[in-house]
Amino acid sequence: MAQNAKLTKAEQIVVKFTGDSGDGMQLIGNQLTALAALDGNDVNSLPDYPAEIRAPAGTVAGISGFQMCLGDHKIYTAGDAPDVLVAFNPAAVKHSSKFVKAGGMIITNSDTFTDKALEKVGFKSNPLEDGSLAGYDVKAIPMHTLVREALADMDMPNAAKDRCKNFFVMGVLCWLFNKTPQLVLDFIQEKFGPKAKKPKLEIAEANTRAFKAGLNYGETTIMFQERYDLGAAQIEKGLYRNITGNDAAALAIAAAGHKAGLQPFIGSYPITPATDLLHYASEFKDLGLVTMQMEDEIAGICCAVGAACAGNLAFTTTSGPGLALKTEAAGMALILEIPLVIVNVQRGGPCTGLPTKTEQSDLLQSMFGRNGDSYMPIIAANSPADCFDATYQAAKIALKYRTPVIVLTDGYIGQGSCPWKVPTMAELEDLRPYVNLWKPEDHPGETYQPYKRDPQTLARDWAIPGTKGVQHRIGTLEKDALTGAVSHDPMNHQIMTETRYAKVEKVAQDLPPLEINGKDSNKILVISWGGTYGAVKGAVDRLIAEGKPVSGINLRWVWPFPPNLGDIIKRFDKVLVPELNMGQLSLLLRARYLVDVQSLSKVQGDPFREYEVIDKVHEMLGE
Amino acid sequence: MAELTKKDFASAAEVKWCPGCGDYAIMNAVREGMVAAGKPRDEVAIVSGIGCSSRFPYYMETYGFHTIHGRAAAVASGLKVANPKLDVWVISGDGDSAAIGGNHFMHAVRRNVNLNYVMINNKIYGLTKGQYSPCSEMGQISKTSPYGVIDYPMAPLRVCMGLGATFVARGLDALMKLSEEICIRGAQHKGFSMMEIYANCVIYNDGAHKALVDKETGANHRIVLRHGEKMIYGVDNDLCLVQSGFGIKAAKVADVQESDILVHDEKNAEMAAVLTAMRPDAGLPIALGIIFANDNKKTYDDMVYEQIAAVKAKRGRTMDQLLQEGHTWTV
Repeated sequence: MAQNAKLTKAEQIVVKFTGDSGDGMQLIGNQLTALAALDGNDVNSLPDYPAEIRAPAGTVAGISGFQMCLGDHKIYTAGDAPDVLVAFNPAAVKHSSKFVKAGGMIITNSDTFTDKALEKVGFKSNPLEDGSLAGYDVKAIPMHTLVREALADMDMPNAAKDRCKNFFVMGVLCWLFNKTPQLVLDFIQEKFGPKAKKPKLEIAEANTRAFKAGLNYGETTIMFQERYDLGAAQIEKGLYRNITGNDAAALAIAAAGHKAGLQPFIGSYPITPATDLLHYASEFKDLGLVTMQMEDEIAGICCAVGAACAGNLAFTTTSGPGLALKTEAAGMALILEIPLVIVNVQRGGPCTGLPTKTEQSDLLQSMFGRNGDSYMPIIAANSPADCFDATYQAAKIALKYRTPVIVLTDGYIGQGSCPWKVPTMAELEDLRPYVNLWKPEDHPGETYQPYKRDPQTLARDWAIPGTKGVQHRIGTLEKDALTGAVSHDPMNHQIMTETRYAKVEKVAQDLPPLEINGKDSNKILVISWGGTYGAVKGAVDRLIAEGKPVSGINLRWVWPFPPNLGDIIKRFDKVLVPELNMGQLSLLLRARYLVDVQSLSKVQGDPFREYEVIDKVHEMLGE
Repeated sequence: MAELTKKDFASAAEVKWCPGCGDYAIMNAVREGMVAAGKPRDEVAIVSGIGCSSRFPYYMETYGFHTIHGRAAAVASGLKVANPKLDVWVISGDGDSAAIGGNHFMHAVRRNVNLNYVMINNKIYGLTKGQYSPCSEMGQISKTSPYGVIDYPMAPLRVCMGLGATFVARGLDALMKLSEEICIRGAQHKGFSMMEIYANCVIYNDGAHKALVDKETGANHRIVLRHGEKMIYGVDNDLCLVQSGFGIKAAKVADVQESDILVHDEKNAEMAAVLTAMRPDAGLPIALGIIFANDNKKTYDDMVYEQIAAVKAKRGRTMDQLLQEGHTWTV
């Protein structure tokens, strides 16, 4: 029976999946992300999972989530309140129904609402029946029953059949959002079909049937009165793939090594939420990327320092507590003045803190978390896709200035994903000119001096072991400003300290001027940095559309600051910095520009929602 | 090019160790090892941590990296893997290796990175002016143990055997020729070469190894092991080692059958585990010389590149193919 659900045009839809961790929430979320992107929408997503790998099933503590926003225009965040929540069990309903937009849709698996399951999460009565979800459009679907029916003649245990409910839901959503079913069928074949890496033909068949059952369910039941159609977003032409920030950074490491003509090298130690970067990079052996998983965080950075000393393009990857452990060795890279990139995927702190939750609270650690006067450049990626460019730029600056550089990403953009316009290797900037190793044949008649500098960049002359005839010794004791010999001379230390500081300041000459979103001068300037970019961009766009006197800028380089930042700040009455910490960038801006920055602080392990920024701006405007 | 001699490995820097320090003799031995390795000076790198011994690189006419406390093994592992053509040496002390750097030292041994690792053991922290180390003896008086050390000492070479070490040797600063032999063999060994060399600290632990170096009686407390030779020692060569249960005991040569005297087999890991644990307070001599040497294990650095070659042959993507892998679509 063909049904008559109305097809409504939508500009954007926010979808959230919640269920037991280990029940495939991240997988189904990523599949819908890929489906929407392949179908021409712009997408942004945010996984949200507990620290425990398999917390007790059916409990609120064990709920794993995945939120995404798909739209017919540029999407900057995973969205505010969900329009559609897919909550796979009573615990998920209890955990997430409160986040849903008033009148929004809640799709759930009614087969899981047993007395025992309800009791486990403390429901006194069944919320599907007692009217407590009256404010929502609840679609209670007996998913297990329907999937088992669809797979009735297949010889599989029921538990295995029940796992196909995720593809059943994909079928329902594919229908609900008017997506192209063939893309999902292709995906199932690619993953489990005869040509897959590990073919699982029975699972391919079961998932295909479950998916089709979901499609048919939408099509033939009268449960849905409306379905939604999102037009294709206006996106720059090119080849795209959906990518997480961690994967993007891993690709940048390999790409930068190739474009520098140096062997790429990662010294690391597993830590959430940075491990996915190391997982992915570890697969790049065919591209000559060396990964050393060391015995601890300290060894991770130390072997990277060793590799850098040998002339590899070296990286170390970590998260907050790991950066704390790497402190002394980061100072070693700094005083040796060798290129090294430290990628820090920030998480909630202090100490072990919130391993799986996002935060931006390592900015001051990155700035000041070393002994001595020890500045190093810091770049903050502003989206999952931007993790590629930020890491690549960091490698360039590290080589050009012979300095360690910190790349700050965070759990949100590291694990979140968005479409990424794939560059070709030919398009990427050639990094070979910045390698510029010192070789005797290029300097006839000259004696090698390890700390002789290029006046433009203050980068030192750098000869690596194996270079004929210029064997020399360097170390972590203060060195003579020219020869590199150990020096305890007071004036030499003054010169070296000032030079190291000045070198980092010089990086500003390479930074593109900041672009202002909105008018050049206005009442309020909202400054985002790193992962707050999306929410602030979305919020400022909406405020500008409302005619509010607001502009926005995004800082990618947070040290040194871009040269025109001070001038821009002066042209605004008020400056607002929303950040996922207690006001760390605000502190730096106040110190540097003597301006009364207002801080909007959020430390809930969760990125900003656009409305939070909008509400704050309204408050500042006295509205 | 004329062959290099040990003098060619001396840098112009003035050596600033205390007069009488055991490190002088050891530096001489390391230079001999470098000559034996046969690499030009610009293909040799020395990495050190922090401590008196860690000033070593400055005195050597090679590439040198004076790093941070305890981390030399990790830095050197990265350096060697990044450029396996280099002959890489680590110079460390008992504090640097066994205390703050215990973790890195242990894992470098386990990975069998092809490094030449010299641990100068004077059983004291010298550079910080005299605190006890993990290798200090029970009861030892130092600035931080004015009433005597109450930590049990560590046996670093025994630890190495537990880690699957491929080369384990012990020298003594007073036996210069032996230290040279050890450094030469260590330099030639393919794999992690662990060379513990006992040294005296004239200022903070004078007589650190007094019992072993005593001209009258020292030879009664040490045995220099030589592959294929009977384990006979002593001032008068009248002492020997024989098997006792799963262990070893000392005996007078005159009291045992000649065939009962153990013969040193440097490829015998079980025997080496016992030999590295011998202590005078248990009535056994300190084992010196090449205690264990077996190059039957692949080195980590070789395996890194073997794996890269194997994956290249199997997958062999280009960078562009990698960037474009997974679900892609064209707008």
